[in-house]
Amino acid sequence: MSTITTEELSATTLLRFATAGSVDDGKSTLVGRLLHDSKSVLADQLEAVEHASRNRGQEAPDLALLTDGLRAEREQGITIDVAYRYFATPRRRFILADTPGHVQYTRNMVTGASTAELTVILVDARNGVVEQTRRHAAIAALLRVPHVVLAVNKMDLVDYQEPVFAAIAEEFTAYALELGVPEITAIPISALAGDNVVDPSANMDWYGGPTFLEHLETVPVTHDLRHCHARLPVQYVIRPQTAELPDYRGYAGQIAAGSFRVGESVTVLPSGRTSKITGIDLLGEPVDIAWTTQSVTVLLEDDIDISRGDLIVPTKDAPPTTQDIEATVCHVADAPLTVGHRVLLKHGTRTVKAIVKDIPSRLTLDDLSLHPHPGQLVANDIGRVKVRTAEPLPVDSYADSRRTGSFILIDPNDGTTLTAGMVGESFASPEPVKDKAEDDGWDF
Amino acid sequence: MTTTVATVKGGEDGTDSPYALSHLDALESEAVHIFREVAGEFERPVILFSGGKDSIVMLHLALKAFAPAPVPFTLLHVDTGHNFPEVIEYRDRTVEKHNLRLHVASVQDYIDRGVLKERPDGTRNPLQTVPLTEKIQGEKFDAVFGGGRRDEEKARAKERVFSLRDEFSQWDPRRQRPELWNLYNGRHAPGEHVRVFPLSNWTELDVWQYIAREGIELPQIYFAHERDVFARNGMWLTAGEWGGPKDGETVEKRLIRYRTVGDMSCTGAVDSAAVTLEQVIAEIAASRLTERGATRADDKLSEAAMEDRKREGYF
Repeated sequence: MSTITTEELSATTLLRFATAGSVDDGKSTLVGRLLHDSKSVLADQLEAVEHASRNRGQEAPDLALLTDGLRAEREQGITIDVAYRYFATPRRRFILADTPGHVQYTRNMVTGASTAELTVILVDARNGVVEQTRRHAAIAALLRVPHVVLAVNKMDLVDYQEPVFAAIAEEFTAYALELGVPEITAIPISALAGDNVVDPSANMDWYGGPTFLEHLETVPVTHDLRHCHARLPVQYVIRPQTAELPDYRGYAGQIAAGSFRVGESVTVLPSGRTSKITGIDLLGEPVDIAWTTQSVTVLLEDDIDISRGDLIVPTKDAPPTTQDIEATVCHVADAPLTVGHRVLLKHGTRTVKAIVKDIPSRLTLDDLSLHPHPGQLVANDIGRVKVRTAEPLPVDSYADSRRTGSFILIDPNDGTTLTAGMVGESFASPEPVKDKAEDDGWDF
Repeated sequence: MTTTVATVKGGEDGTDSPYALSHLDALESEAVHIFREVAGEFERPVILFSGGKDSIVMLHLALKAFAPAPVPFTLLHVDTGHNFPEVIEYRDRTVEKHNLRLHVASVQDYIDRGVLKERPDGTRNPLQTVPLTEKIQGEKFDAVFGGGRRDEEKARAKERVFSLRDEFSQWDPRRQRPELWNLYNGRHAPGEHVRVFPLSNWTELDVWQYIAREGIELPQIYFAHERDVFARNGMWLTAGEWGGPKDGETVEKRLIRYRTVGDMSCTGAVDSAAVTLEQVIAEIAASRLTERGATRADDKLSEAAMEDRKREGYF
């Protein structure tokens, strides 16, 4: 790959994506190849891997050593947690959440998918869609990851036959669409042989789509502006109180969804007070409009009482506030979550006391069946939970806003992160087919 | 500089939203969000500031995050006693310029008091852990910003943005909290603290590009200059009172620059003629060695050197 110039690099966008795959499906090889071919594995790192491999008596360099970073992982040959990897091409910068594929690490895939705009699900072409594939698709659907890539790997071991790929792609797509996954791209690859990973494969003339990397480079980065509600959680109030700026009072935060304009009427929740935006500072520079995910400071016309934890929204598009939240959750802590559990709930920039009122069901990811009233959720369980909060919260449905529709539960005693929550319905219903013309342009 | 819609290059077919941020704007916005979360949730945060490029970028981001108000944090430098004079000068000038407060934890003090013992190889980097953790406990800092990046080292690839440390400042990778969405969990018991890494998702190249975009001043040792150096373990080390060269090592004048800044005894220089930011960026983009592989002797002590030091409380 050619050297990237400064000009090329400064104009690229950022794609966050996550990988998921069963044991031995070749995920390490794929990640290794992406890192290697994009010049992200450098000579000294390769040398360290070769050295360590020799020390273990292995003949060839073990590329898994590139990604298994911790002592326990190397000693036991396992991967225990999400690791984040970085690479760049002339077109784009990538942040890869590399998550282990074992069943018992559902929480890791949920963690990786929570910030991902794309999830890669690997299958072995010889085995096709297996239980674990369906679990991964279900998690991608639950977390509402906008793009899913099905990478059908090890095509070299099925003689690069199109019908094998087509059958797997069809079965997976039907399943994932039913769950409401908005976009699926299936790509036949061989991570080991390098087919369709970075360069088009000479062995699969029948495939006319993009290579894996090409797809990563060109998939549109979505930004939640369409059909979405503008939301600004207030993180911090900036008050210089200096001789030059005695009255400056700015509300700092990262726009969680949508956009805000100077002159717009806004409401502050949960108080419900209204005002008008008189200025927006984008890190020291005044702007007329700002959008997700910019960190800004907003100035308002009226001197109303606003503090950390409040949510600024357009007056014409304010969410209701509620103390009763029903959500799909993934339990991420080792100790179980039970009915009656007193917890802290962090939503946006606000942390409030809460109590687990009910656990109506636990979801079996294998067949998506519901187990009613399981009594508790243990680590890696996904289920429905009803929570009562001590104060009213302005929550959106997770389907509408991944940022303001999500929350975490925290153990008030030791601070452990217990549970990841997504407000509203678990799975999206399949998108109705829309007239393309409807989606053209930006309406604000 | 600010975000301009027109310059953002999307996918080849132009399908990116015109409101997608450039990667530097996205990383900047994320880091500012992290600084503001800490300001909102902690009592006594502090920024580890060494005068190296990562901590310089951190301070720049903190200044932007709270503008036009001052940065609501103090700074802390762990002074090994073997620092580059140009860097100490830069440090003090920067602290004064922004009217900040600087805490210094001194390795030399610990050696003078007999609490720490000089290592036979003269390397003081591993000696920083005790002064650092005692200063954190003594000043009751509850959030400690570090410039660590996950691209630096494979143990760091597993590091959280908010990383809980126990009362001994130890890192336990198995007990890390999952980080979901951008909902950082800063809860900690008295005596514990949280290490915070706002540059987690940045790479070395991002840092340099950001420095160039923002026009941030750096200590001159980052640019090519002539210096008396000698070779040890395949690296060019600065000759000086810290303990080099030894017998059999010969000093020569070379045109070099530094990719990282740290203790003089273990921070190596690279041959370079790059005198401008553009030349430095071009050089890094073409380099076949990582920043640490090229310049840090202490990471080579063992396969898990970084992990082991982080477990003990190193940043």
